[in-house]
Amino acid sequence: MEKRVTFSRRTIGILFAVPQLLLIFTFFYWPAGQAVYWSLTLQQPWGGGNIWVGLDNFRSILSSADYWNSIAASLVFAAISTGLAMFVALVLAALTDRQLTGSRFYRVVLIWPYGIAAPALALAFRFILAPEAGFMAVVNQAWPGFWDPGLDGVDAMASIIAAFSWKYVGYNFIFFLAAFQAIPRSLIEAAAMDGSGVIRRFRDIQFPLITPTIFFLLVINITESFQDSFGIVDIMTSGGPANATNLMVYKIYSDGFKGLDYSGAAAQSIILMLLIIVLTIFQFRFIERRVHYR
Amino acid sequence: MSMIKHGLAALAAGTISVSLALPAIAAPTKFDFWFGLSGDLERVVQTLCKNFNESQKDYEVVCTSQGNYDATLQNTIAAFRAGKQPAIVQVYDVGTATMMLSGAYKPADKLMEENGYKIDYSDYFPGIARYYATSKGEMLSFPFNSSTALMYWNKDAFAKIGKTEAPKTWEDVGADLKALKDAGYECPMAINISGNESWQLMEQFSAIHNQPIATKNNGYDGLDGRLEMNKTKFVQYVTDLKKWYDEGLIKIKSKDLGQDMVQAFASGTCQVILSSVGDHGTVGKTQKEGMSWDVAELPTYAGTERKNSLVGGASLWVLSGKSDAEYKGAAAFLNFIHDPKTALFWSTNTGYIPVTKSGFDYMKANGFYDKAPYKGREVAIASLTASEPTDITRGIRLGNFTQIRAEFGTQMQAIFANKVSVQEGIDTLVKNGDAILDRFQQTYPNKTLP
Repeated sequence: MEKRVTFSRRTIGILFAVPQLLLIFTFFYWPAGQAVYWSLTLQQPWGGGNIWVGLDNFRSILSSADYWNSIAASLVFAAISTGLAMFVALVLAALTDRQLTGSRFYRVVLIWPYGIAAPALALAFRFILAPEAGFMAVVNQAWPGFWDPGLDGVDAMASIIAAFSWKYVGYNFIFFLAAFQAIPRSLIEAAAMDGSGVIRRFRDIQFPLITPTIFFLLVINITESFQDSFGIVDIMTSGGPANATNLMVYKIYSDGFKGLDYSGAAAQSIILMLLIIVLTIFQFRFIERRVHYR
Repeated sequence: MSMIKHGLAALAAGTISVSLALPAIAAPTKFDFWFGLSGDLERVVQTLCKNFNESQKDYEVVCTSQGNYDATLQNTIAAFRAGKQPAIVQVYDVGTATMMLSGAYKPADKLMEENGYKIDYSDYFPGIARYYATSKGEMLSFPFNSSTALMYWNKDAFAKIGKTEAPKTWEDVGADLKALKDAGYECPMAINISGNESWQLMEQFSAIHNQPIATKNNGYDGLDGRLEMNKTKFVQYVTDLKKWYDEGLIKIKSKDLGQDMVQAFASGTCQVILSSVGDHGTVGKTQKEGMSWDVAELPTYAGTERKNSLVGGASLWVLSGKSDAEYKGAAAFLNFIHDPKTALFWSTNTGYIPVTKSGFDYMKANGFYDKAPYKGREVAIASLTASEPTDITRGIRLGNFTQIRAEFGTQMQAIFANKVSVQEGIDTLVKNGDAILDRFQQTYPNKTLP
């Protein structure tokens, strides 16, 4: 006997869905549609009128070396910061799960970084990594000229990766820890009785069982690294030096709001949206299949 | 009974409506003023607004800081598109071309005339007025907070190398920086190379040397003006700055690195900086105890006939689509700001300079420039009025100039990091800047600058 709650009439179901659909339409589809329209026109910032230019905006963006540089910087940023944030969180969660001394304390503390707003965090990191005043000044004292994010693009990229990863370690940690704790203790105890060590248990039991979580975090981290990096870049490097940290999302902001080039920024955000969609589809299509045990 | 009830109700209603109506009659007309200054300067603007509101009873200005110039322009555009724009908005110098083509303003000179105020526009310093006026000389906006770039120099350090005066030519600067280095100063001169420093390093330098930034008289004569600083003395200047940087005579100082230029100078770490006269007060307030310093006009290359430097800062635009009553208030407010007494209040409390000759004279007569903390600021006026503005030193009228400034920062960083040569970097600046100008021109087809 199957018990199921059903609505007698289709309209009632639709009525229940309407508020949610309205929200999604107002805050997602409508602005996205507007962005598509803007990307195909040249908009006067003050609203005096616009001209239909077809795909010209996309052509000029895709033929600009600066834009390709921005895509490359975003991909490098996404790959390294996602890898770093997930690896560190995984190790920390695995250690916390072993209930070493103080693990209850770590469990609370390690979640905090995610609660800090990106600009505040960036301000803190800007101070820590300042070559003349902060922590890195000590390093520079020993090796003069070692650390110079003001002129060296690699140093600047390293700074924003450090700040972003630090924030997402907290986020990833929560999910990893939950995943570890969902693994039946009996499995691990059985393995221990069979004589396998910590590393072996991790490799053969825990790691395979949390792959769905790893996959989930991979998607979220990559997506967020394209979007949530804005505040960090804005405060720490403003896209410099020489465009080394001009990530796609920051370029959209600076072209659109500072440069008042609304159409070019709209076209860039369409490209960014497509890129994230493609990346996510790719991950679901090719990686998700391998992570579930059926 | 019911009659009494009705009567009471009517009476009550009458009382309410009278009590509602009374303050409505007496209430002054409110209008909004949005500005882009924050911190200490925001408080000074708020005091200015309060002074205006207390000076008369007909109008009340509501002043709101939007944080910075960029945000002010962005928020105003958003508000304008939604029909909720303020009556007056402060727009920074390089936003002038964008404003002129916006079709969103009411010309300031017309507004004043319609409301019966007589403003003598020839009273404005020509260097300031021309920057904001149309090519025909009409004032579309009111110059407000104004400054220009000066050289700050540490007298104590220069005394050590036997100098009692600031260097006047860049050749002398080179020699003095070398001498300062030899005398043991780690940081003879500080610069920064972000988009913001386009102002003193490129724009002011070019004006003083009468070198164009762009064709068509820096864009005044048409939207088809294109950049050409890759063919002017500016290339020589960047080459020298880079050489001095490589020799350790110039250090880069910015907030991101730990200490900005002004702090570096005020603390005595660096001996020379090029910065706005607006920082005169900050240096005075934050300087190392007992440090002796002064300001001088920006140096020129030997054999240059010095021209006026450019004004920096912002002007006040009156936006279209407001009621006549609000325009009356806006006109009264602009008239209040134009008053020489306000100029004295404004310059005393900020580092900005007076924008009119009468304001300057009034301040001189009050002995403003004789007193210790303000002494030296008259150099800014001398720099601004060094010559009658030429077709090139009127100012810069290029669309989306903020982005060109950002591009300046990008290319300077590439040059100083040895990624490209000086000429390559400036050529790229011209190429990318021209693409920005192309786009601006395409966005406004069939439109011309007034």
